[in-house]
Amino acid sequence: MSDSNELRIVEAVRQALHEEMVRDSEVLVYGEDVGIDGGVFRATQGLIEDHPGRVHDSPLGEAGIIGLGIGLAATGLKPVPEIQFQSFLYQGFHQLQQHASRLRSRSRGTLSCPMTIRTPYGGGIRALEHHSDSYEAGFAHVPGLKVVIPSTPSDTKGLLTAAIRDPDPVVFMEPTRLYRAFREPVPEGEHVVSLGEAAIRRTGDELTVVAWGSMVREATDAVDKTGVSADVIDLRTISPMDTDAIVESVKKTGRCVVVHEAPRTAGMAAEIVARITDEAFLYLEAPVERVTGYDVPVPMFAREEAYLPNSDRIATAIERTVGF
Amino acid sequence: MPRSTVAEFTIESVRILDEKGAVDEELVPSLSEETLIDLYRQMRRSRRLDERAIALQRRGELGTYAPAIGQEAAQVGSAAALDTGDWIVPAFREQVLYVMRGTPLHKILWYAMGMEEGAEIPDGANVMPPSIPVGSQALHATGIGWGKALRGEQAAAITYFGDGATSHGDVYEALNFAGAYDAQTVFLCQNNQYAISTPRRVQSRAETLAQKAVAAGIKGIQVDGNDVLGVYAATTEALEHARQGNPVLIEAETYRRSMHTTSDDPSVYRSDEEEAEWEKRDPITRFETYLRSEDVLDDDRIEDIGAAIESELEEAIARAKAGQSEVDPVDMFRHTFAELPPVLEQQLAEYKVMRDE
Ligand SMILES: Cc1ncc(C[n+]2csc(CCOP(=O)(O)OP(=O)(O)O)c2C)c(N)n1
Repeated sequence: MSDSNELRIVEAVRQALHEEMVRDSEVLVYGEDVGIDGGVFRATQGLIEDHPGRVHDSPLGEAGIIGLGIGLAATGLKPVPEIQFQSFLYQGFHQLQQHASRLRSRSRGTLSCPMTIRTPYGGGIRALEHHSDSYEAGFAHVPGLKVVIPSTPSDTKGLLTAAIRDPDPVVFMEPTRLYRAFREPVPEGEHVVSLGEAAIRRTGDELTVVAWGSMVREATDAVDKTGVSADVIDLRTISPMDTDAIVESVKKTGRCVVVHEAPRTAGMAAEIVARITDEAFLYLEAPVERVTGYDVPVPMFAREEAYLPNSDRIATAIERTVGF
Repeated sequence: MPRSTVAEFTIESVRILDEKGAVDEELVPSLSEETLIDLYRQMRRSRRLDERAIALQRRGELGTYAPAIGQEAAQVGSAAALDTGDWIVPAFREQVLYVMRGTPLHKILWYAMGMEEGAEIPDGANVMPPSIPVGSQALHATGIGWGKALRGEQAAAITYFGDGATSHGDVYEALNFAGAYDAQTVFLCQNNQYAISTPRRVQSRAETLAQKAVAAGIKGIQVDGNDVLGVYAATTEALEHARQGNPVLIEAETYRRSMHTTSDDPSVYRSDEEEAEWEKRDPITRFETYLRSEDVLDDDRIEDIGAAIESELEEAIARAKAGQSEVDPVDMFRHTFAELPPVLEQQLAEYKVMRDE
């Protein structure tokens, strides 16, 4: 554990896990290489020494990892499995969609699945094929699942703590690209950030920009570049979404740009635009723009820069929207 | 009713060339001198490609790379047993298989430079692209092997995966479907003792991985994966079975002598003693000793082979670097569908405007 309270996201993950394991003896960490190796991103480094018997290297099987968590949860434990890369959560998706997410409803409330699945997601680290996906919309489409994506170290600790304590299954997606990108002060000891609440990173009155995870920094940079007075909303919880924060802001600004790195078609931006037209249509002064990945498989890293939205692309959309 | 035994199984293990380079004369496959030298050359080329790739990665010229150092016999020995019509379905550590099927070395490097161009398959090569999601490819091999059976063709498919993959549902499903459908498929598990940091014993309590075949009703066999002759012979036999509609799982016991990938630090999870132990069982040294004893190789010949590999690699590296400047992102739009749908046409236009601004 770091002594300083200036932490990186990866260290904030570790601190949250450590503190929750100390606080609650039912919390259990397992997954591929999370033990002796400390996880491929070292997010669980040191936990196996600090919590003997509660941190386990698992056989290599995502369906097994998720399915096991459902059973562990049924016995009263609070499993916090790691899926090494979000792109491999697809291999546990049936367990997630068919069982974890609806254990509560199918047992009419007698059983639940308080599992928090941690998983790094997203591009920008020159990874191998199949390591850069951003499938938040797919998980958000599953009723009964919560989907959380932090963008700062402090939120990482606060949101992960809340997720572990949450009585329902949470997919906690950690932006790989930001794991070691910067440090910030993180409250020591108890620090909880409620799920379902967006954060306002900048305030302004000409435009609303909605983003999450690694796109928050790109969006903020774009706003700074253009000099437009904008609200930058960091959604933080993708599902259930803080619709109020978005709608209130759009009512004030009349303009909105939504940014995500996932492909555009049926992505979360489409859902956000739908909610804005539902609740703030008459306030709009310009079409809501989407800045997203393209509808192609995330390319390998020689082309990934072209694929990922960056501050320039976002700035262009901002200018177009403001000048509409 | 008293209890009785209704089924019993045994798992056989094969080794032809031992750690000291001596062979079991009765089992040695009869191979021409040319083939023997080719096995040796392919293994050395694979080793040097990996060593050079690791060095390039360390200088920031490649992305993450998964070397096969120590596993050359398992890969080269099995692939050499195939006919050209047989399909190869690799995982992500089998660069040499692509080379053996005609992919030029510079393209292997392109793939590691993050360029899709590197995964392009030569016409008629009968190889599938690398499969990064562990174990998922085994099902493709079952599909190919079943397809061959349905079409009444003699060819088989062979798929490669690690010890970790045997924990994956996809692999069990692949074995089971193969048995049920008489698929013409050979499954080659390279048990290199680790899945990243996770040792073989954490992966499964099963005494052998070969016995994973038992539940699927197909044959399982172990082979010393550092013995290129043993792997060749076991694969040849497995292919004969497979072509009759009897799939086989081969567990090749080997060791990944270097890192899992260039992002990995094996010193965290394994000891110097263990590594030294396996160094003594190195597949290339062992085969070289044997070939020398048979007068197939001598110092001069070995040196010539080494020199030829070095110059081939120099050329490939230069070519890979030169081609790197030609990466055009437009390619990602072109290859998503056979025909560009309107929504992508629009996104492509959008991209071009942005690029040209
Ligand atoms: C489905 C899936 N889960 C996790 C990973 C991350 N990963 C890549 S290789 C690997 C270990 C593979 O071990 P093994 O099957 O023994 O093959 P080896 O790497 O030793 O050749 C893991 C966990 C992945 N690529 N795919």
